[in-house]
Amino acid sequence: MESNDGGIGMTTWIILGAVAVVALFWIVQYNSLVRLRNWIDEAWAQIDVQLKRRYDLIPNLVETVKGYAKHEQETLQKVIEARNRLLSGGGRAQQMEANDQLSGALKSLFALQEAYPDLKAHQGFTKLQEQLEGTENKIAAARQLYNRTVMQYNTKLQSFPSNIIASVHGFTRSEMLRASDAEREAPQVKF
Amino acid sequence: MAMLLHAQIASNKRRTWLLVIVFLLLFIAVGAAFGIVVADDGIVGIVMAAIIGVIYVLFMTAAGTRVVMAMNHAREIKSEDENPFLWNTVEALAIAARLPMPRVYIIDDPSPNAFAAGMSPKNAAVAVTTGLLDRLNRQEIEGVIAHEIAHIQNYDVRLATTAVALVSVIGILSDLAGRMLWYSSWSRGMSSSNRRDRRDDSRNNQSQAIIQLVAFLILLLAPLVAVLLQLAISRNREYLADASGAELCRNPEALASALRKISQAPEPVQAASRTCAALYISDPTKKQARAKVNWFSTHPPTEERIRRLEQMM
Repeated sequence: MESNDGGIGMTTWIILGAVAVVALFWIVQYNSLVRLRNWIDEAWAQIDVQLKRRYDLIPNLVETVKGYAKHEQETLQKVIEARNRLLSGGGRAQQMEANDQLSGALKSLFALQEAYPDLKAHQGFTKLQEQLEGTENKIAAARQLYNRTVMQYNTKLQSFPSNIIASVHGFTRSEMLRASDAEREAPQVKF
Repeated sequence: MAMLLHAQIASNKRRTWLLVIVFLLLFIAVGAAFGIVVADDGIVGIVMAAIIGVIYVLFMTAAGTRVVMAMNHAREIKSEDENPFLWNTVEALAIAARLPMPRVYIIDDPSPNAFAAGMSPKNAAVAVTTGLLDRLNRQEIEGVIAHEIAHIQNYDVRLATTAVALVSVIGILSDLAGRMLWYSSWSRGMSSSNRRDRRDDSRNNQSQAIIQLVAFLILLLAPLVAVLLQLAISRNREYLADASGAELCRNPEALASALRKISQAPEPVQAASRTCAALYISDPTKKQARAKVNWFSTHPPTEERIRRLEQMM
């Protein structure tokens, strides 16, 4: 239409309105990406806490088992080695792999109680087993949460139009924590 | 499995929206009816109803979690050592749900059951009976806790408390209007119509009368409809907690099996407070009829809950 003498015309209002809507949408999407990225880190922090707990619990467990089954050197050694690898750095995938190997080694260790009834009856042993199983479940839960959040994050990263906002601000794709082969190994038990 | 589970969750959430919208419309209608019957002004009625509603809801949602737990004779376990399996299960599921860990309580009662309390995840708590811990296996207990954590995640206690509060307000307004109708409505109706223009007299009287009648009917039926809606919401949220819980523990079969065991236990939970019956995973009073949907139940029929869970497997 005709533009007014000196006043703000209809077109200008429409453009301003459109800009405001885009800006608002942009802010909302940006904040959403930030939130998801932080949630991923939060989920990892949960896993980290449990990894440290496992690291701390193992020495006690090894000592207890040694008291009753000192000839099971191979099994004990596997556990000790796996435990030492736990906090030796590396990316998240590597740490999860180390954890999965520890879980495998622990399965063999806990299976020993069938051959050593005194060990099975030992309350300290049962308690440690319960605690370690607790940490495993929590890691599983945190890993589940981690992967779910990564999926939401990556989807947002790839979808239009949030992919534009993501690339402008440098958000990068995140990887899920996959179950390693070590986790799928059956326990090797020799009585 | 996953697809059907998510479809169920979405469908349950849609249903909640529908029920809540109908409930709010009912509340507004009651407010308007109240205003018309008492003051010839629907808008004033709505405003009054809204104010009373807000006050009542704030009052009822202020109730502390500790009070609820005390009412159900629950004792808190404060460290992992007191019951490692229960503690670790609650903690793991809270992690999976991205919630702060709720406080954990045990109720000394042989009837297996559990409930969640707390208006928000920060003040949340979960209670289980000793009967549940004794009779269910580990996976079943995990399923039950997952169901309770799902309730916390979905803010169901807050929703249920708000609904009950609004049902009470509807009851109050209806009752109040009934009393005031008895005393003053007729005479006011007469005098206001005299002030109107003579030509419109008969038409106004007629439309006035119809409006008054509709308002009266609304006020008469609303308390019952409100209760039915509130119970429908309660049942709907139980289905949602089943589905969300199954998503958290990834084991719908365990939850189905748990529900079967819990519903088959014949003894009621002696320690339970009757006003909190709706919060339990299964009716603790054991009074609700089986099989068919009972419109007056807080919980859906167990067979249907199990059927829906089995569809996810």
